[in-house]
Amino acid sequence: MAFLHAVSSSTSATKNVLKGKSLTPYLLLAPGLIWLVTFFIIPIFSLASTSTMVRPDGAQVGVYEQKLRFANYVDAFIANQDQYVRSFFYAALATILALAISYPLAYAIAFKSGKYRNILLVMVIAPFFTSFLLRTIAWTQILADSGPVVSTIQALPFVDELFRINNTSTAVVIGLAYNFLPFMTLPLYASLERIDPRTLEAAGDLYANGLTTFRKVTLPLSMPGVVAGTLLTFIPAAGDYVNAALLGNPNTKMIGNVIESRFFAVVDYPTAAALSFTLMATILILVTLYIRKSGTDELV
Amino acid sequence: MTTINAPMPSLSHRASRWFSRNLVRIYAALAFIYLFIPVAYTFAFSFNDAGKSNLVWQGFTFDNWKNPCGAPQVCEAVGNSLKIGVISTSLATALGTMIAFALGRYKFKGRTSTNLLIFLPMATPEVVLGASLLAMFLNLRINPSFWTIVISHVMFCISFVVVTVKARIASLDPRLEQAAMDLYANEKETFRYVTLPLVMPGIAGAALLAFSLSFDDFIITNFNSGTVSTFPKFVYVSAARGIPAQANVIGSAMFFIALIIVIVGQVVSRKRKKS
Amino acid sequence: MANTKVSQDTGDLKLDRVSKHYGDFCAVDDLSLVVPDGSFFALLGPSGCGKTTTLRMIAGLEEPSAGTISIGDTDITTQKSYRRNVNTVFQNYALFPHLTIFENIAFGLRRRGIKDVKTEVENALKLVEMGHLSERKPNQLSGGQQQRIAVARAIVNRPEVLLLDEPLGALDLKLRRQMQIELKRIQTEVGITFIHVTHDQEEAMTMADTIAVMNQGKIEQMGSATDLYEAPKTAFVANFLGQCNLIKGKVTSRSGDKAIVTANGLNFEVPTSRVATSNESVFLGVRPEKLRLDDTGVNSIKNCVVTDRSFVGTSTQYMVRSPWDLELVVFEQNDEGLHDLRVGDTVSLEWDPEHTFALDGAGDINAGSDLDDEE
Repeated sequence: MAFLHAVSSSTSATKNVLKGKSLTPYLLLAPGLIWLVTFFIIPIFSLASTSTMVRPDGAQVGVYEQKLRFANYVDAFIANQDQYVRSFFYAALATILALAISYPLAYAIAFKSGKYRNILLVMVIAPFFTSFLLRTIAWTQILADSGPVVSTIQALPFVDELFRINNTSTAVVIGLAYNFLPFMTLPLYASLERIDPRTLEAAGDLYANGLTTFRKVTLPLSMPGVVAGTLLTFIPAAGDYVNAALLGNPNTKMIGNVIESRFFAVVDYPTAAALSFTLMATILILVTLYIRKSGTDELV
Repeated sequence: MTTINAPMPSLSHRASRWFSRNLVRIYAALAFIYLFIPVAYTFAFSFNDAGKSNLVWQGFTFDNWKNPCGAPQVCEAVGNSLKIGVISTSLATALGTMIAFALGRYKFKGRTSTNLLIFLPMATPEVVLGASLLAMFLNLRINPSFWTIVISHVMFCISFVVVTVKARIASLDPRLEQAAMDLYANEKETFRYVTLPLVMPGIAGAALLAFSLSFDDFIITNFNSGTVSTFPKFVYVSAARGIPAQANVIGSAMFFIALIIVIVGQVVSRKRKKS
Repeated sequence: MANTKVSQDTGDLKLDRVSKHYGDFCAVDDLSLVVPDGSFFALLGPSGCGKTTTLRMIAGLEEPSAGTISIGDTDITTQKSYRRNVNTVFQNYALFPHLTIFENIAFGLRRRGIKDVKTEVENALKLVEMGHLSERKPNQLSGGQQQRIAVARAIVNRPEVLLLDEPLGALDLKLRRQMQIELKRIQTEVGITFIHVTHDQEEAMTMADTIAVMNQGKIEQMGSATDLYEAPKTAFVANFLGQCNLIKGKVTSRSGDKAIVTANGLNFEVPTSRVATSNESVFLGVRPEKLRLDDTGVNSIKNCVVTDRSFVGTSTQYMVRSPWDLELVVFEQNDEGLHDLRVGDTVSLEWDPEHTFALDGAGDINAGSDLDDEE
């Protein structure tokens, strides 16, 4: 995420000498960090604590006791492993789809946009000024079973009469990819923009054709952007439930849907907490691997 | 009579050359169309003369735009979202900017942990952020309310503010501050006359980002709002029975307002460079 | 109505045993010098020699690890830069991008509490011949114009000492020559002490009254351009300023005002005042333009062979190989009496003792010579 900001503004060539030996930084950090600890870190512990609670027999709905029942995790996972696996599967597909759409887009903005570059960047973000819910719902209406798009596709000779887009797993994946496009496009753009076009010319001078130049020079140099964009898309996608709710059907429920329903519909806080915690832990492992590769200063 | 020495490439050859050179541009244009289709659809249907359910086109009207609060609960939801947005943005921008300055200008112990703490909320799915906060509020017997929403919004916006402002600070030439001190400005004056004016665009951008994240947030808000209504919540809940066209009006209006702000910002900063 | 928070010290600038360490690395090593009030002083040396660090310590932007800095009688070593009566012209100009030229120049005056800045700013602009640009912003100016504004912004505050950190590095050759003359004119007109840091030896020699040649955190030699050029005291100074021929030899006799250095079986005469060491092992030195292509002089080398020849307009430069395979450089001025030699010709070299010098032979004979021109 830092890529897009840090790169689109010019970087100075001088080393930044940091001031040491002072209380000021701690005073500056304190309020914000305390807020984060209180409302991010401690809630995680709350979540962990809730996940091991049990509803005592005969107690009212919503009343729980702390019994450190770690079996909650096992129970929750077994009951919902389909949704769990499905979430990561959909997220992966959505990420790949987002990458496929975003990479050429980012490439075009970075190398082939000339003086329209800033305008194009704004246009990538602009759709997201409209509420994403409104846009997702707009898609359901555009892709409605009786709407023009589906009707046209149904008319094609090799398509089944009952072809539909809404309320299918395809729609969910497409919706996920669409929602997170800027998170994929902007880091990609940032790392592509960093590439000196003369490097590409040099490759051509050294007998590489267009495709080879891309494979051997552009793609490797853009990898930091690819990694960043992939993480920034995959992580929120894995936990999403809005797309599955609006664009899917009961068979496409993701883990996010289960967590939401366990909190609000079926009041079962421990299961919901256990599921949330497992989701977070899995994602944290992925993120840790990434941190090991690039160090923390690159992230923020 | 002149003779043509080089053979002219055939029309199809030229066409295919043009095509391969512009393939990426064509693709990008298609991608942009794809991005904007739902926006255009939303905008178009904001003019729909529909009753409660805005699903089928029934006729063009300006009524929705003239009376955006016509549908029940729309304006209450928007009002809440705006209030929450302003309060959360102010707090998150203030807290985040302070952290950005600490990270960008000072040496201190615990830099790695700080970076991690800032990064983690951005790397955590919203479901987990929302659920964990709700778990804490439940365990502390605090009822979800307007203020729990604000708390959650500030929490997830701080990281984005830090990233944005920190990048701006990093691009600031430290020799400008040295020049100020060389020219008799002490630390406070250097900050006030040199550092702050130069970092301000970053702070403004961060505030805009925080506001849009807050206004558009659904998942975390859903977990921590109880009965308080926000615009995204309103839209989600209405999806089942039909979203009133006024919601499209609000959505489109937000789009245009944000677009105008961004464009104005770009023009102003470009004018400052040329003037 | 100046703000009294800025000190008003006057006098010579004195650095006394100043050192600066960064961890294990020693950037400035026990450096002492006195810059007379009102002189144009140059700190000359290759990149990394510590000259910029020294400058920044004088400005107050770095604190010395050891030693004291004073102006006149006042010790300013621990004074913050905004209290010192010292201003800097930065290498990249560091003009405030968000302020107009007028406000850039007025900045220091305003911070000192001076209310009426208009006259002062206009005078400063007139001094650097930029009066018509006061309402523009820095990014609308060319490099040369920005450089002048940077000078104006510093000078308008009438500091006791003006520091210039390689201010001409980013300008092209013609503009640089022009600005060298300009800066010299301004310094003479205003009478402020200028300390100019540069790696360009021609620049230093053109502009400065006194030059201090720095190498690896120490001053190798300090003096006027003539002193440093004609009578260098170390191999580094000899090689860094212009070109130099150095021959390894031994002092075999030292009596009165005449010394004899023997090298490769030949004896050379050197005035004892131009022998910079009491060691026996020395480098015998002579500048290329002092060599003549004859064999009648007091100091001479016979039976050399021309290995290269370049005509550069003002002179012809010959590379000549001595009988013991040392390459010597000879400049023959494009004047009457030209020897039109070709590659392969045999030739003798000769020169006068008063153009000879002898340097300490312990150390690197090539110190200061094979450094590429930076930037």
